[in-house]
Amino acid sequence: MSTSKFGEYGGQYVPEALMPAVEELTDAYERYVRGNEDGFMDEFRRRLRDFGGRPTPLQRAEQLSARYDSEVYLKREDLVHGGAHKLNNALGQVLLAKYMGKERIVAETGAGQHGTATAMAAAHLGMPCEVYMGERDINRQRPNVFRMRLNGTEVTPVTAGRGTLKEAINETMRDWATNVEDTHYVIGSIVGPHPFPRMVRDFQSVISEEAREQVRERAGRLPDSVVACAGGGSNTMGVFHEFVGDADVDLYAVEAGGSSLDVDEEAGVAPNSASLSTGDEGVLHGARTKLLQDSDGQVMESHSVSSGLDYAGVGPELAHLVDEGRVTPATVDDDAALEAFHRLSQEEGIIPALETAHAFAFAHEHPDELGDVTVINVSGRGDKDLESVIEESAERDLDAAPDMDAFAGGGL
Amino acid sequence: MSRIDEAFADGPAFIPYLAVGDPDYESSKAYVEALARGGADVIELGLPFSEPVAEGPTIQGAVTRALDAGMTPDRYFEFVEELDVDVPLVCMTYYNLIYQYTAGDDRREGPRPFVERAAEAGIEGFVVPDLPAEEADPLREACDDHGLDLVFIVAPTTEGDRLDRIMERVSGYVYVQARLGVTGARGDVSGQTDEALARLTEWDVPKAVGFGIKTGEHAERIVAGGADGIIVGSALVDIVAEGHEANRPVDEVAADLEAKARELAEGAAAGYAQRVPEPERT
Ligand SMILES: Cc1ncc(COP(=O)(O)O)c(C=O)c1O
Repeated sequence: MSTSKFGEYGGQYVPEALMPAVEELTDAYERYVRGNEDGFMDEFRRRLRDFGGRPTPLQRAEQLSARYDSEVYLKREDLVHGGAHKLNNALGQVLLAKYMGKERIVAETGAGQHGTATAMAAAHLGMPCEVYMGERDINRQRPNVFRMRLNGTEVTPVTAGRGTLKEAINETMRDWATNVEDTHYVIGSIVGPHPFPRMVRDFQSVISEEAREQVRERAGRLPDSVVACAGGGSNTMGVFHEFVGDADVDLYAVEAGGSSLDVDEEAGVAPNSASLSTGDEGVLHGARTKLLQDSDGQVMESHSVSSGLDYAGVGPELAHLVDEGRVTPATVDDDAALEAFHRLSQEEGIIPALETAHAFAFAHEHPDELGDVTVINVSGRGDKDLESVIEESAERDLDAAPDMDAFAGGGL
Repeated sequence: MSRIDEAFADGPAFIPYLAVGDPDYESSKAYVEALARGGADVIELGLPFSEPVAEGPTIQGAVTRALDAGMTPDRYFEFVEELDVDVPLVCMTYYNLIYQYTAGDDRREGPRPFVERAAEAGIEGFVVPDLPAEEADPLREACDDHGLDLVFIVAPTTEGDRLDRIMERVSGYVYVQARLGVTGARGDVSGQTDEALARLTEWDVPKAVGFGIKTGEHAERIVAGGADGIIVGSALVDIVAEGHEANRPVDEVAADLEAKARELAEGAAAGYAQRVPEPERT
């Protein structure tokens, strides 16, 4: 049996009504995912290939390699069906729900990428699906809301708090607690009670399985560093997992530094989402982990220009690997992420998700940490973010941006 | 016998819940005291947490109002100390607040500083909805050292090994969740209650039923069906919320709460009378 803890982190802190479901899921995880019972993992991999478009390429980034004077490789998860790594997990979980005989899917979403991935997987596998999304995130990510609807998913707005990912998770847990007997909760990152953090990581670790092989083929060696953005941390652990045992490979988890690393205790707001870098140990959404909280233990509202990173917690496995010194946390602020968004779009012809742009901004700010060979995980593409980027860029003086006022005014 | 055990000793226990500090500190004190006057046998005092995942919209609203009005764990303990009531008090909160609490120079982690402070303030027990039996041993041990009870919730889905794990750790009373989902007043009281009570007949701890109870009639039916107590939250919080929205004077709202408490306590007593045959007259 896989343990429920990563060092001190993890566990199962959920209302009693959910404990039997969590136990049932643990059993299903052990049998189907770890044991490949009934050929579950074979079917998952086949569907990832045929429906999901895997394997994704590992591309050498020519401009970035020249700029940083090192070999920079991009793991192109933006090319997965739906445009983000999120499908790897959503497809795995919806398929598992089917093997378990569940009849309905619920999910939360922040950037909407997990919601669209779940909606697509649910449509693909013929399961009804409802997705909870913070009202603020609905406004930031309208294309994804529309995509979910197109796939036949119901999108339910959540108005509590600041209307972001944390509140959407609370609301989905409430739905799950009400309908637990026939419903599976497809959680969108390596967070939540055991077995979710391990299971989601297992589904996402296909990224590093491929990347490790591909980089050896292309560069003839393992990379010196692997860089990924971290919200909950699923693309992060996905691209790190197979490298964790390679002690010489440095692993950088890049969090949203937002507008500042300072917090306003009085208002209960952190103007960032940097729980690995600045959070304290606590219990949120079913797991002990690092989180943004005040001195009383009230969880703070977080902030990031990218809704997928806008979360007060982080996966317990990442928290543990940071304590162990195996993963190095870093932060990048909103402005730098937006700059990186524009730079990458122009220089490499890749429009990254705002989440992903954080990883590129880190590389830009810390070229010396990269070593000779680097893998950067392109967790998703930025189509969903265009409206936000126009608005956010127009408010700032960004070197790399085209004239955003022109877009904002409707002209070109 | 703990003070909570005593509350169940003769007749059914009526256990109201309010979120402390809703809508503000002083009003909240008046409201809790009104519940005691209305016949509460135990009171569950909610310590507001920012992520109340087990609560429905009513109690979530109460928690949000209380937090906005500045409620904190330290203020909560002061509140408990200042209360003028003579019934055992149970602290209802989420684990992160218990885990994070440090008292003054006492920087120890984990549940102990919180339990010590709660005991000192006059709390007799805890309900922690996001702490299943599997994760509860540190809190259970701290409670044992201070003679406090630890109440667990049994849900309609709880069966088999999980029941045994809870039975081994529970004290004070077991909180029988009447239906799946989150807290909230309902027009009906679920038949899941009877099934749940049937699963617990062997347990020698009182069984208090909660989730959805709204009227004296519900209380009567549930106690007649075998419950040793009833827990009522949202129906009372609704009165606080409506009073707050309508800007009504605190003493009027308190009077309504007292009346509602009396209705529920009397309903419970009526249900009990249907169970216990009248002593024969000679
Ligand atoms: C493209 C993209 N990258 C990253 C994230 C952050 O999630 P995680 O840290 O779990 O990979 C999201 C979340 O929505 C996303 O859409």
